[in-house]
Amino acid sequence: MSPVSLPLFDALLLFSIVGLAWASLATTDERRSVILFIAFGLVLAVAWGRLLAPDVALAEAAIGAGLSGALLLGAVHRQPRPLSPGSTNDSRNQGATGMGVVLRWVVTLLCTALAGTLAWALLHAFSSVPHDMLPRAISGNLAASGVSNPVTAVLLNFRAYDTLLELAVLLTAVLGIFALGQANPGYQPAGPVFDSLVRWLVPVLILTSGYLLWVGAHAPGGAFQAGAILAAAGVVLRLAGRTRIGLPEGFMLRIVMAAGVGLFLLVGLTLLLLGRPFLGYPPAWAGSLILLIETAAMLSIAATLLLAFLGGRPESPAHAARTESANTTASNSGNEEQTRC
Amino acid sequence: MINILSSILILSGVFFYLAGSIGLLRLPDLYSRLHALTKADNLGLGLLIAGVALHSQDLLMMLKLLLIWLAVLAASATSAHLIARQARRQETGS
Repeated sequence: MSPVSLPLFDALLLFSIVGLAWASLATTDERRSVILFIAFGLVLAVAWGRLLAPDVALAEAAIGAGLSGALLLGAVHRQPRPLSPGSTNDSRNQGATGMGVVLRWVVTLLCTALAGTLAWALLHAFSSVPHDMLPRAISGNLAASGVSNPVTAVLLNFRAYDTLLELAVLLTAVLGIFALGQANPGYQPAGPVFDSLVRWLVPVLILTSGYLLWVGAHAPGGAFQAGAILAAAGVVLRLAGRTRIGLPEGFMLRIVMAAGVGLFLLVGLTLLLLGRPFLGYPPAWAGSLILLIETAAMLSIAATLLLAFLGGRPESPAHAARTESANTTASNSGNEEQTRC
Repeated sequence: MINILSSILILSGVFFYLAGSIGLLRLPDLYSRLHALTKADNLGLGLLIAGVALHSQDLLMMLKLLLIWLAVLAASATSAHLIARQARRQETGS
């Protein structure tokens, strides 16, 4: 793969990214802002594709645009709507006087300083060492990593410790979500058109996530993308008003939530006991161990993202069953309404 | 030959996208905008995918492209329906 030079396309891409980011921040309507943010994420995914980073592009499209978009839309939906369209503008204008202006400029200056420092650090890193040192080190050791996709080799083998800590961060996040209390009640049951889409879309999403997990060993994909798509299947089910969205219940849910970190630690500690370095897989076993860890990580990531979308602890089974029966009656009456129309 | 055919397909796809986008900006109400956007863009995407598929010369890749088009068709038809239904419910106040 070599980059094709498309200066006009790249310029358009760059202007769309900056323009969408600005529009998303500048608009006073929260819903519009979120929709612009989703568009921003999708264009950013295209940009990652142009930079020949399909793994990041997939993650950006699935998590950055898709699931974050769903989360933000859900949050906007639950916020009390302003009584009149003008009231949000008023509160914004009040913020723009006096202290607000000073605060905004301070934040802007700090952000610019941070961006400048990061840019300087990047340039410095590129100029102080030969820029192909890292890629050469990775491709030189790829044969011993157990996988042929360099990104997966870095994430699950060379820098496995970082990924373990990332999964621990996700587990901590899920504890925070559980502390919020019961999840919000679900949405109303979908009409016939949406329901028929859900019927075939959810199996396809589950299949796609399995494919991405498997293909991650030798092509773009892996646990994070697969987990995000698996979570998307649950989000679609929830949006369609289903009460059973694929999350296990009770103790099983806790096991799935902790599976990623748990299995990662188990593998690392077992290797330590066998006299190898922590997470230093023996090359003959590396491929299987990575697939095992990634499978557990995918389930944990999917459960975490789905619980974030629920915004709390899922309902107890007994309560869910009661809502289910109520929903069935509601959907029946909804169907009658449809036929009458 | 394949290049010419694929260029024609891609350019007509772009034309439909352009028509859909102009429709989105110019048409008076939500329903006609949705109509313009979904119909024109679905056809435009189909033509684009046909044009790109001609270049791939790999049956599996062509099937994947076709699958993308079918998924977008179903998703955009459903979301257009959901947006229109929500708009009608808000209009009738029920």
